[in-house]
Amino acid sequence: MQDLTSILEEALAAFSAIEQPAVLEEAKARYLGKSGVLTEHLKALGTLSAAERPAAGARINRVKSALEEALQAQRNRIAELQMQRQLAAQALDVTLPGRGVSPGGLHPVTRTLERIHTLFHSIGFDVADGPEIETDAYNFTALNIPENHPARAMHDTFYLDPTHVLRTHTSPMQVRYLETHAPPVKVIVPGRVYRCDSDMTHTPMFHQVEGLWIDDSVSFSGLKGVLVDFMRRFFEQEDLQARFRPSFFPFTEPSAEMDVGCVMCHGKGCRVCSHTGWLEVLGCGMVHPNVLAPLGIDSERHVGFAFGLGVERLAMLRYGVNDLRLFFDNDLRFLQQFR
Amino acid sequence: MKFSESWLRSLVNPALDSDALAHMLTMGGLEVEALEAVAPPFEGVVVGHVLTVLPHPQADRLKLLTVGVGLSEPLQIVCGAPNVEVGMKAPCAKVGARLPGGLLIQAAKVRGVLSYGMMCSEKELGLAESSEGLWVLAPAAPPGQDLRQWLDLDDRLMTLKLTPNRSDCLSVRGVAREVSALTGVPYQAIPAVTIPTVSLLQRPVTVEAEEACPLYLGRSVHLDHPERPTPDWLVRRLARSGMRSKGLVVDVTNYVLLELGQPLHAFDEDHLLGSITVRWAREGETLTLLNEQAVELAQDMLVIADDSGPLALAGVMGGLSSAVTPQSRKIFLESAFFSPAAVSGRARRLALSSDSAYRFERGVDFSATREALERATALLVELCGGVAGEVVAQVSVLPPRLPVRVRPERVRRVLGVALSDDAILALLRRQDFSPQVDSRGFLVTPPSYRFDLSIEEDFIEEVARLHGYDAIPALPPAGAATLLPAPESRVEEYSLARALAARDYQEVVTYSFVDSADEALLSPQPSTVTLLNPIASQMSVLRSSLAIGLVRTLQANLSRKQERVRIFEIGRCFSRTGDRYEQERRLGGLIYGARNPEQWGMESTDADFYDLKADVSALLPQGETRFIPWREHLALHPGRAAHISISGQVVGWMGELHPRVAAHFDFQKPVILFEIQLDTILYQPLPQYREISRFHPIRRDLAVLVPENVAVGEMLEALQAVQLPVAHELALFDLYQGSGVPNGKKSLAFRIVMQDTERTSTESDIEASVAALLKVLQDRFSAELR
Repeated sequence: MQDLTSILEEALAAFSAIEQPAVLEEAKARYLGKSGVLTEHLKALGTLSAAERPAAGARINRVKSALEEALQAQRNRIAELQMQRQLAAQALDVTLPGRGVSPGGLHPVTRTLERIHTLFHSIGFDVADGPEIETDAYNFTALNIPENHPARAMHDTFYLDPTHVLRTHTSPMQVRYLETHAPPVKVIVPGRVYRCDSDMTHTPMFHQVEGLWIDDSVSFSGLKGVLVDFMRRFFEQEDLQARFRPSFFPFTEPSAEMDVGCVMCHGKGCRVCSHTGWLEVLGCGMVHPNVLAPLGIDSERHVGFAFGLGVERLAMLRYGVNDLRLFFDNDLRFLQQFR
Repeated sequence: MKFSESWLRSLVNPALDSDALAHMLTMGGLEVEALEAVAPPFEGVVVGHVLTVLPHPQADRLKLLTVGVGLSEPLQIVCGAPNVEVGMKAPCAKVGARLPGGLLIQAAKVRGVLSYGMMCSEKELGLAESSEGLWVLAPAAPPGQDLRQWLDLDDRLMTLKLTPNRSDCLSVRGVAREVSALTGVPYQAIPAVTIPTVSLLQRPVTVEAEEACPLYLGRSVHLDHPERPTPDWLVRRLARSGMRSKGLVVDVTNYVLLELGQPLHAFDEDHLLGSITVRWAREGETLTLLNEQAVELAQDMLVIADDSGPLALAGVMGGLSSAVTPQSRKIFLESAFFSPAAVSGRARRLALSSDSAYRFERGVDFSATREALERATALLVELCGGVAGEVVAQVSVLPPRLPVRVRPERVRRVLGVALSDDAILALLRRQDFSPQVDSRGFLVTPPSYRFDLSIEEDFIEEVARLHGYDAIPALPPAGAATLLPAPESRVEEYSLARALAARDYQEVVTYSFVDSADEALLSPQPSTVTLLNPIASQMSVLRSSLAIGLVRTLQANLSRKQERVRIFEIGRCFSRTGDRYEQERRLGGLIYGARNPEQWGMESTDADFYDLKADVSALLPQGETRFIPWREHLALHPGRAAHISISGQVVGWMGELHPRVAAHFDFQKPVILFEIQLDTILYQPLPQYREISRFHPIRRDLAVLVPENVAVGEMLEALQAVQLPVAHELALFDLYQGSGVPNGKKSLAFRIVMQDTERTSTESDIEASVAALLKVLQDRFSAELR
């Protein structure tokens, strides 16, 4: 009979060379099977004296467990190897482009409108929507612009019939909203507006956002506070400079025009700001008592401010668009830049 | 309003440079739109007096001049200008002069002769685009004087972009008054000169329309030399305000208009008949205006008439027949106040614009009417010689200037700024408001030249303006910190837009006005809303459907070589019933070209009806939605169009463009569109939890053959409606026609998943359920089990 030490050495060497599970199992049978070399030793125990048997048995068992351990280790090694081969075979070219659709996008004007909405909503402004075909009463008269007033000439108005127009601004919604909401009110009104004008810097349709805040604590100083904050957040320029200049709108008094330091050149002067360092961004003012009185709102008690933002203007400045007309050409090569 | 800065500074001259002055005006509400130099920089150019002109010994085209420049010896200068002649005055750039563009003048030999300078044209001095020869200066120009000084070329031009309320600044004096209010520097009064009158024929004046013309002044002036040239200083001031010289009389009236803001009119008295009447035009009257435009007068147009009929459109423009010429020696000079309401809008209706109408419709200072008449008379008599008759005046009720109460408390409340009573009073005193102080605050009176001050807020703006808008702090209001309502079942339109964008759609924004021919071709109900004044004929109607803009956008992008277009728009569509306008918000979309972007590992097939249907379905609220075959829309393929309904209400449509319409636009592939009322999909019911079963679901498939014209939607609805002992979900998972399926039939396979929340379903329940479903298919749809 082969001695135990050489069995162990030989078996370990044999196992570790095997890479096929079936071959490994055959090898196992050769040592541990019914007629395996180790089994022969076990059988031979009976021929030993009672005094020798325990020590001999223990020796055989040690070898047996060593073999079994080695077997298991080799099984694991083989499984691991197989896994490695499988994985290698399954490897992909991860640099190939992904499959399926890629997302589309929003129009830059909508994107800007949503941003304006988000900012004003964050300080509690409600959102309202109003008609684009307006009566001249809402578009002008109710806003303190009587017939023949020179301010009507400032708005090149599209007429549908003698009393209906395409709204020239979102301001009529100040009146409409106040007809159904008692102060305090705090609302923005986004939407399309129309003026009969078309050239390099004017399109006959564009977007505005009207804002109205009437409350006990509102004042001109508050108007400045809200709008300066808004512009800084909108352009994400915390040091953005702003200035307010006296202006004229029939439906606000006092009225102001707001300029911000040029967001392109940071006030140094460039083509976008016509080398002035300033950009005109909106008109605003304190709601005129002549607008409030017909609505039964006592302007002694209720003070409010209103403002009107040009959305395309903000979008152009925000995204560096240099031609207003691009917004309405709907060239996909332009639109797809706003994914 | 455009004027010369030096003119303004002759009336008020604060210690501010041009830029600072412009900035101050802008921040005071008179926006300086432009500030331009009159002349580009140059130096060393003086008035030259050509003393002799001799031929150049070496060159035919050149001449040898001696030019007096105020020194003891004249300069020898070589000159090639064709118009040079002895005695003329022209600009002379001396040795050491620097011309625009940097050219340095040096003594030089020109074809062998020394030349000590250069005679200049306007072009060479950067004052004209082109010139024919030397710039001929006035004979009075003093030789040797610096040209910039002589012609005031260091002056700058200011252009104000005035808001309609500030008509008081439509004159140099008005701007001076404003500069004075803003700086505290007093402004110079225009010297009041009253010419002694002589007795001339007094033309009677009648004002019939007193409300429209509360003040009318007129006088005859007889001029000795109306043909004289207008003096340079006056021409220069007019030119720097953008006005051309048109003869001395007209130039003087224009000058006073610019100086004082009062429009004046001069009639040729030889062409007047009888008395002057200010009245409303009568029906059928016509008038040929100064610009030779013949207009039909409406009855709400104010005219100046004589016994023969209308002479002038009051406050707007004079008539051609009574216009003054350089030969008019007898003139009738008018200075009047026409009320804004009597003038406004008329010029625009006649497509006219005039400096006079522009001022009257905004408001002219009625306290300066006589001053302006006297000023113009004095200038005319001074410049032409002559005599002036008595002023004929008709005065009725001028616009009231009622005192307005200004409460300091209210000023602080509206502005949100801590100004003391004294500070407010001091600001009010900076203008002609004559504030009176009493226990309740101040009483202020608007001046005659301001037409925009009638209530307390107007004066609050004045206080703020002079205090400086920038000096008011920017402090966000402290409002109540209440949360806004947030209805969870409301879908924001931005989320819808983002949902579509996530499904590979690009949003577009198209014009609301479209071509009526496109409407007729593409809209289910072509628009009846027409613009009276469209900007172009192909933008003359308001769209009744988003389809028009979408199809046109597709066409434009295909022409830009895009091959796959998936777009949507949110916007209003318009219709008219009687005198009511409907303006519904809608969402519309369009797909064209490959279903997926061209890529590896994916077959390239064109998108079809069902691709769009999945996208539309994803937008619809949970609940009962249906796609109902719709054959009536002429722009759509009759077999590939559907109405979309929610809870039994038709809210939109989708379908493939009719092949004939597609061919019209030259579309090569199917165009599939949808349009839906926006408001119906801005709602998604709040989720309601239903218990999830702890038991295993059981799936059974049901494969049937049905006639090919059976609508699968109806089968699904019928199956859904069956009451089964076990809760179930249904879906179609296969549709097949072709080999193995008899002609005229289609094979459908439904998946039925059954699951009870209470117990494990028994085999018999399951069998019974499947049988019940099959029976419905057999009975109602002639289905055969496969």
